[in-house]
Amino acid sequence: MSFAPPPMSLLAELTHRCPLACPYCSNPLALDRRAAEMETADWLRVLDEAASLGVLQVHFSGGEPMARHDLPELVRHASKLNLYTNLITSGVLINDVTLEALDTAGLDHIQLSFQDVDEAGAERIGGLRGAQEKKLNAARLIKARGIPLTLNFVVHRENVARVPEMLDLAHELGAGRVEIAHTQYYGWGLKNRDLLMPSAAQLEASTEAVVKARARFGNSLAIDYVTPDYHADQPKPCMGGWGQRFVNITPSGKVLPCHAAETIPNVVFPSVTTESLGAIWQDSPLFNLFRGTDWMPEPCRSCSLKEVDWGGCRCQALALTGDASATDPVCARSNQHALVMEAATAGHDGEFLYRRFRAI
Amino acid sequence: MSVSEDSILKFTRGHRLQHDRVRDVWLIQAPEKAFIADPIAAAILQLVDGARPLSVLIDTLAETYQAPRETIAGDVQTLLTSLIEQKVLSA
Repeated sequence: MSFAPPPMSLLAELTHRCPLACPYCSNPLALDRRAAEMETADWLRVLDEAASLGVLQVHFSGGEPMARHDLPELVRHASKLNLYTNLITSGVLINDVTLEALDTAGLDHIQLSFQDVDEAGAERIGGLRGAQEKKLNAARLIKARGIPLTLNFVVHRENVARVPEMLDLAHELGAGRVEIAHTQYYGWGLKNRDLLMPSAAQLEASTEAVVKARARFGNSLAIDYVTPDYHADQPKPCMGGWGQRFVNITPSGKVLPCHAAETIPNVVFPSVTTESLGAIWQDSPLFNLFRGTDWMPEPCRSCSLKEVDWGGCRCQALALTGDASATDPVCARSNQHALVMEAATAGHDGEFLYRRFRAI
Repeated sequence: MSVSEDSILKFTRGHRLQHDRVRDVWLIQAPEKAFIADPIAAAILQLVDGARPLSVLIDTLAETYQAPRETIAGDVQTLLTSLIEQKVLSA
């Protein structure tokens, strides 16, 4: 087995608990409950292992990572290891006290999510009354402390018309960066796909709004724009390639090449509770399953773009074709591309299935 | 645009220079990404400390690399102007 270069980035999903219930949540359908979450000591050891393996940046995420009371301790530990610490948060638990604890722990950056600029639209997605005001207040507190801030907007057919106002809000709140990310259709997002899917005209208008804002704001606001790949004919290089740059750890300690990988059948999910992160990254069957290009079927295998898009997304191939090793059907060269073209025009309004812990 | 040699430069909050001992390269850590600093950029940026003015940085580099001051000053201006525009550094 060849040597895999070390991961750059660790997504530490500390908990699946969250006050919001967004119907496009990237967490799996089967959420880890509190009792299944790893202890503080486990995460401290994972951070040590990540730093010595070569991870550069740790993204503390969830669920809502601020639901974990040990978050400042984990941030402090990561900072001491010279890891770049990023908090990915809904912001609804941010106040003077909780933010000061993170700031003094050495937090480098915050990515704050907004569900919309329109309060009713935001509450319809997040399901939490009063969340918008808390988020606006959180943004102001973050700016007042001088912590670098990125706003994140997930966009879909119900809010995509307001992309221009989202970009204005990011500028007005003094964020250095903003992400306008079209919904990715995995887990909860896949369940609600048709209710989230923008039309081609909506996509075009949002792209135009981003182009205009880039010209208007220049270097004062960096805009990251993630397009919906169902409307494309070339797949995205998902995670920069399976097991190449990115590692995800779930609340219970499973180690995954991406946050949707628990859908992949017939493979053991390794865990940091029983093995080291380095051994899992290098040697586990899961991380080697789709690493590099040897696993590829045709037409990927003889495609000149195979080391550009790495065959697209395995979880998407699985979700749409039933075969995780199939060519990503987003690709126009896939013989199942029609699945994606049909879904891209199947958007309609309706009632969402919200992200919830399943009743047992 | 050029940066005054009296300027004292520093990394803005959220950006820092870091040596990656696993890959043996110098990196600029930034919000949600990291850039590799080539050896020339790394040599310049290691002197950015929020204390010494730019003129001293250029003198130091000219002496260390035994190169004409004007050549060094040109390279330094090109790099630093770009990083100030990208808000990685502030003057």
